[in-house]
Amino acid sequence: MISVFATISAWAIPTLVTLVMVYASWKRIPIFDTFIEGGKEGFSIAISLIPYMVAMLVAIGIFRESGAFDLFVSLIDPVTSLVGIPNEVLPLAIMRPISGNGALALSAEIMQRYGPDSLLGLISSTMQGSTDTTFYVLTVYFGSVGIRRAKYSLTVGLLSDIAGFLAAVLVCKWVFG
Amino acid sequence: MVKGGGEVINKFWLIFILSGMIIAAVTGKMGSMTQVILDNAERGVSVALGLVAILTFWLGIMKIIEKSGLLRLLVRGLRPVAKFLFPSVPLEHPAMSSILMTMSADIMGMGSAATPMGLQAMKHLQELNPDKKTASPAMCTFLALNTSSITLIPTSVIALRAASGSLNPTMIVPTAIVATCCSTAVAIGFDRLFRFLNARRNGK
Repeated sequence: MISVFATISAWAIPTLVTLVMVYASWKRIPIFDTFIEGGKEGFSIAISLIPYMVAMLVAIGIFRESGAFDLFVSLIDPVTSLVGIPNEVLPLAIMRPISGNGALALSAEIMQRYGPDSLLGLISSTMQGSTDTTFYVLTVYFGSVGIRRAKYSLTVGLLSDIAGFLAAVLVCKWVFG
Repeated sequence: MVKGGGEVINKFWLIFILSGMIIAAVTGKMGSMTQVILDNAERGVSVALGLVAILTFWLGIMKIIEKSGLLRLLVRGLRPVAKFLFPSVPLEHPAMSSILMTMSADIMGMGSAATPMGLQAMKHLQELNPDKKTASPAMCTFLALNTSSITLIPTSVIALRAASGSLNPTMIVPTAIVATCCSTAVAIGFDRLFRFLNARRNGK
């Protein structure tokens, strides 16, 4: 099973890049110029992430180094150990539906602390990729057309987030554990 | 009421910092907190800057995908799926094509490029909506798809893994696909359930 997963993951990006290049050339798109045009935004997007990263890393740093995180963990450990969710990824699970960049910063913190290829690093990466920022999507999409009553949308969004997190933990434990 | 993520994050940030500072004060760790702030601010900047390389490459590729019309191929494949998910939207209505474009862009992990398409879809769905203040069932389904977002290539997290020195940044692609399929399946399932319950309640 691991070898199947490893092959898919190794081939995914190179195959996609090759297919895109061939298809675009066939469609007579000037691929080099187009690449340069799109790539220009890379720097400004990374720069715009700086305040998010600083805000979240400082906050989680204070939360951790003060011992507040350990206290929080000891309070919720009975519940999480029942479900099998590692306590270290809980702040990320709470942050994911609220702020995409905030969650990205928390993932960064987990990877710096435990390593990107550790089980915790892999679980947090998978969680990050498993859903979108529910609150943001609901606010922006409904807000753009003036919808005031979102009915059951928030419930559905949050339930699917929970499903995504549980799936991320279980799949990672099964494949990498 | 749609509660803004903006309000929630303010509280969340405050709780992190306030609880940390209180515990630090009680346990006598206040002296090291300034250093913690400085160290982590510095790390925040270096993590963000570490993303420049991959983001530049990936946004270049994304632009080629966008310009080449590659999404249209995906759109063709997704049409039967959308027909099943949005029974109330006529196939020829512009809402359907913008829904399909958004779904395709989400699948390709185009992130911010998908948002304008999604807003376009909402505008067209609103044209079909009899009650302009209340979300239509089709809108709820569309939002369920978007909040759970099927993504084949989670680009930002791959970039982050590469920047953090991972030996295999794309190792999480298959596990993320499994997880995203689970979250989307649950979203569609509950959306159907709530839609059914809602319709029955209004019918009575």
